[in-house]
Amino acid sequence: MNLALVLIALLTLASAGVALARPNLIHSALLLIASWMGIAAFYLWAGAEFIAFAQVLVYVGAVSMVVLFAVLLTRRSRADLAVGPASAGRAAGALLAGGAVLAVLAHAVIATPLTAAPGGPRSVTVRELGLELLGPHAAALLAVGLILTLALLGAVLLAAGERREPEEPRP
Amino acid sequence: MSLSWAAGDSVLERAPLIVRDALTRALPEPWRWLANSLLAILVIIGLAGGLFAGLTLVERKLLGRVQNRPGPNRAGPGGIFQPIADGIKMLTKEDIVPRAADRVLHFAAPVVLLAFSILPFAVIPYGRRLVPVELDAGVLYFFAAGAATELAVFMAGWAGHNKYSLLAAMRSLAQLISYELPLLLSFVPVILFAGTLSTTGIVAAQAGWKWGWIPHWHVFSPAGFAGFVIFMIAALAESNRSPFDLPEAESELIAGHLTEYSGFKYALFFMAEYFGMIALSAMAVTLFLGGWQAPLPFLAVIPSYVWFAAKLGGLLLGFLWIRATFPRLRLDQLMRFAWKFLVPLALLNLGTAAFWAATFEWPGALQLVRWALAVGLVVGPFVLLGRRLGAGYAPRTYRYA
Repeated sequence: MNLALVLIALLTLASAGVALARPNLIHSALLLIASWMGIAAFYLWAGAEFIAFAQVLVYVGAVSMVVLFAVLLTRRSRADLAVGPASAGRAAGALLAGGAVLAVLAHAVIATPLTAAPGGPRSVTVRELGLELLGPHAAALLAVGLILTLALLGAVLLAAGERREPEEPRP
Repeated sequence: MSLSWAAGDSVLERAPLIVRDALTRALPEPWRWLANSLLAILVIIGLAGGLFAGLTLVERKLLGRVQNRPGPNRAGPGGIFQPIADGIKMLTKEDIVPRAADRVLHFAAPVVLLAFSILPFAVIPYGRRLVPVELDAGVLYFFAAGAATELAVFMAGWAGHNKYSLLAAMRSLAQLISYELPLLLSFVPVILFAGTLSTTGIVAAQAGWKWGWIPHWHVFSPAGFAGFVIFMIAALAESNRSPFDLPEAESELIAGHLTEYSGFKYALFFMAEYFGMIALSAMAVTLFLGGWQAPLPFLAVIPSYVWFAAKLGGLLLGFLWIRATFPRLRLDQLMRFAWKFLVPLALLNLGTAAFWAATFEWPGALQLVRWALAVGLVVGPFVLLGRRLGAGYAPRTYRYA
């Protein structure tokens, strides 16, 4: 069983690493998606079926499109796809911000007491998960839904803008 | 071995399993499990491939029939060897890769697409005892595997180093993402009624007959019917079928994001398209049409997989009929139809489904009120939204026809 975990981890980390090293942004984005698939495979390995499929549905199906569209819409040409830091100051700033995020995440992981459940891991059915989410955690779920709706409305506002298009000629 | 002909446990019902066990009986336990799984995979790939080949022929013959022409009739008697001839043609064609293309992605796109379009077949219950993989979150697995095909469309459009195919890929992605929403919303009522995400559980929830002859299929409830119609429309769009086939639009766009593909890679894209169509139809049968359940009690003598095949065949013929009947939409019409009509209807349908599930216990004559209210909740928004969608567009008059 642990061989599978090592393989999944190697694939995930390798695709993430190569994504960092590739000069071509599209290649990086696609490799990042491969790394997300690796994380989904890890969830499957850990027995969290629902989370694994949700990860594929949301990250590989939707977030990947956002990333790819953003890359294509912000580049002027294919030659522009190769990116490097504009200046040493920017590179330092990027390193600093990335390092800060890494430090926060690492601290959170290290500081969380991870106690194994007695009698080994138990596979949770979707029904239990749903009851848990809509029972004790309903408030959090509603808050997340509200934030996402606000983000969606904001996006519509930004996209719609002020301009008025002339009416489409009617047949 | 006891031979019983009772429905549900007859020899015919167990025939596929008997054949499988006869083949793998000699193997020791862990290997037997592996052999059984491999056999299931081989059968699925074989059946899906065979169905793809057969469907291309049936489609061309049927289109010919509808358009009053013979259709393919040269290869073999009545043209029945046409799929084989097509296969040989596709295999022997030159495989052209543009010089400026991104070779790895150009090669990977059809492979990724085909791999992800075969995955959904794993969770479909083909018969009472024929479920390749039983997953607690089977429906979610099905749509997660389907969602990854969008990636392949992008890869195909981008890898060719052709601005037209890239533009076509973006259009195609816009369509796929827009119709994913109604597709995913349309079957939520079914999940609500069945109370499970497992495909076998959903089929089991549709067992039985009201008054002995009306099956408990989800399509026979107001919310289920609306969900079924929305699901089928979104499935047409998700599998790039006419009248939503404008990503390819072979007569106008020289196949859009597939412009830079030729030979067998091109054939693989078509194979994936048909696999997607077959998988979505099979899912529609499972979710709304009772899966492998027989429509009437005395017909349960016929084995369950025959019923599944019959329903699947019916839906696929419906796809072909629609292709023969409707003209292609324009991109703006396509988008407006998704966002201003299908998505609001699917959202409102959730409310209807909640009402339907909450009033399940209403006694006697109140059931009539329940039916009237639910039908009103389905038909009212449909009529109002439909009018708004068509407002200002007078009926087209053909002055020179």
